[in-house]
Amino acid sequence: MTLAEFIATAMIALRRNVLRSVLTTLGIIIGVGSVIVMSAIGSGASKQIEAQIASLGTNQLTIFPGSMNVGGRQGGAGSAPPLTEKDLRAIRENVTGLVAAAGNMNGSATVVVGNTNWQTQINGSSAEIQAVRDWPLTAGRFYDPVEAAAGRKVAVLGATVARELYGEADPVGTNVRLNNVPFEVIGVLSVKGQAGGRDQDDVIIVPLATARSRLVGRVRVPDEIGQILVKVDDRYEVSEVQADLERVLRQRRRIGPNAMDNFSVRNFAEFLATRDATARTLSLLLASAAAISLIVGGIGIMNIMLVSVTERTREIGLRMAIGASGSDILGQFLTEAVLLCLAGGFIGLTLGAGVSVLISTLFGWPVYISPAVVLMAIFASASVGVIFGYVPARRASQLNPIEALRYE
Amino acid sequence: MIQAEPQTPVPVVAARDLRKTYQLGEQQVHALSGVSFDIQRGEFVAIMGPSGSGKSTLMNMIGALDVPTSGQLAIDGTDIGLLSRDELAALRNHTIGFVFQQFNLLARTSALDNVKLPLTYSRPRVADPEAIARRCLEQVGLGARMDHVPSQLSGGQQQRVAIARALVNSPSLILADEPTGALDSATSIEILQLFESLNAQGMTVIMVTHELDVAAHARRLLRVRDGKLVEDAPVTSRLAEVAA
Repeated sequence: MTLAEFIATAMIALRRNVLRSVLTTLGIIIGVGSVIVMSAIGSGASKQIEAQIASLGTNQLTIFPGSMNVGGRQGGAGSAPPLTEKDLRAIRENVTGLVAAAGNMNGSATVVVGNTNWQTQINGSSAEIQAVRDWPLTAGRFYDPVEAAAGRKVAVLGATVARELYGEADPVGTNVRLNNVPFEVIGVLSVKGQAGGRDQDDVIIVPLATARSRLVGRVRVPDEIGQILVKVDDRYEVSEVQADLERVLRQRRRIGPNAMDNFSVRNFAEFLATRDATARTLSLLLASAAAISLIVGGIGIMNIMLVSVTERTREIGLRMAIGASGSDILGQFLTEAVLLCLAGGFIGLTLGAGVSVLISTLFGWPVYISPAVVLMAIFASASVGVIFGYVPARRASQLNPIEALRYE
Repeated sequence: MIQAEPQTPVPVVAARDLRKTYQLGEQQVHALSGVSFDIQRGEFVAIMGPSGSGKSTLMNMIGALDVPTSGQLAIDGTDIGLLSRDELAALRNHTIGFVFQQFNLLARTSALDNVKLPLTYSRPRVADPEAIARRCLEQVGLGARMDHVPSQLSGGQQQRVAIARALVNSPSLILADEPTGALDSATSIEILQLFESLNAQGMTVIMVTHELDVAAHARRLLRVRDGKLVEDAPVTSRLAEVAA
């Protein structure tokens, strides 16, 4: 028999008992479906984290004042002396392997344009922040170091702020009021997306000096900096640059050899990468739990194929009498089992994809179905058919034709 | 293998001291104990015998479904005792056309597809199975009902489909096992007449039955009893009369 004839014969046999065929494949449908959903949620989460890592930049370090050891003996952040322009200058001058270093201070403000207002985050940043964060503009320009040092009242809008306040209109050249202080809009940033559950585009960047005098208010020292962000040159090892940076800062801040750091250096991308790995492991675990139902489904297939072989003993006897060889009969029942499983696999695939989309729309979770998982699901269901269809098919092929023909 | 003498044609079936022994627990059952005969091309033979006579065992061997314990059975000169399972299947496929009491057609499968079935197992593949199957159905008088499934056909028509299926591979012999056992007498006669006409066209027909009036349609009668051949005679006109 040719493959086409095997398939045609199997289709006739399966159609003879549609309800039973569908019920038999239910295990495969549920198995494949749940593997698809689990992996869709898992890789969705992991893809989102990866996008965040990419938006943060993998070789970016952030320096905070005080201990990040929350709940530690040292007391909370802020108890230590703040970072200052002197720290920033020391880093720029003495740490090798940096592309750029920028100071930053966060605050919030109400932005008013005409009669529209919007509550947003204000980043007071050095001009170098654009280089550190790899953040291109969609319109206008960024302020330069001279403007920043002069404390000019210029603002660069995040994409979300620009959209909320201006809609489709071009904000460049217009004025906005930040806490009632007028600022000239000179540029609009491109979209960066979500990171750590926060919209990175809901922000306005202004020169650090301007923010310090006009927007932040309570500064403990006149040249205080909230955080220092640095970007490490690709040719350098991030961990080595971090060690160098810690050494320079300890020296600058005159920390004795046995005293603890009164600042901390963090690599957010690394932190997210750990979370990504956790998400991957978890989704793998869930997917393998779901795969167990594939095995259960396979046992169901085997069971029903054994019943089918018994029911069709006379048919098998007839086929053998008119010249079917053992391999013809084996092929016929194996094809039937594989088709049954493949059909279940495709239904499960469709169902799983549907449920994934539903979850994504209902809960807003990111889902992603990778082509590799789709191929794997199809391959797995075909394999289940071969593995669990083999025993019944072999039993059929080894029937004695005389007894099979006489079977009632 | 039995080598035929150069002058004489190879018999379709050649049985030599055919024996079949079954082991039933402690007991040995001799289903056949030394049966010899030849069936030549173009014969119409009836095999008769009561149940337990070894008739079915003999039929299974002629059908290459079973092999003898000892002795030889050659079909078209091929000793079936020397063949593997798959070689037996191939031999059945191109030399024997089976007709069964219960027709054994595939349900929900058209007459045409039922007739084509043996061709799907043929090696090498035949060129146009559809055309051959159509011709065979026309030969048994079912040219108009090729698309009907068995449940839409009468018993006699179903048996005709089965006969067309037996003919489709141009076999050396047709082996019919109680072909009229499930049919009423009028239909039985039609089916037997079909066998007679096939035989008249040169087809070798071997028919197993336990009814004398069925056997009377054949031209030679083999009687089996207790595993032995007890009679091998032409069907006389007197027998035909008795049967009628």
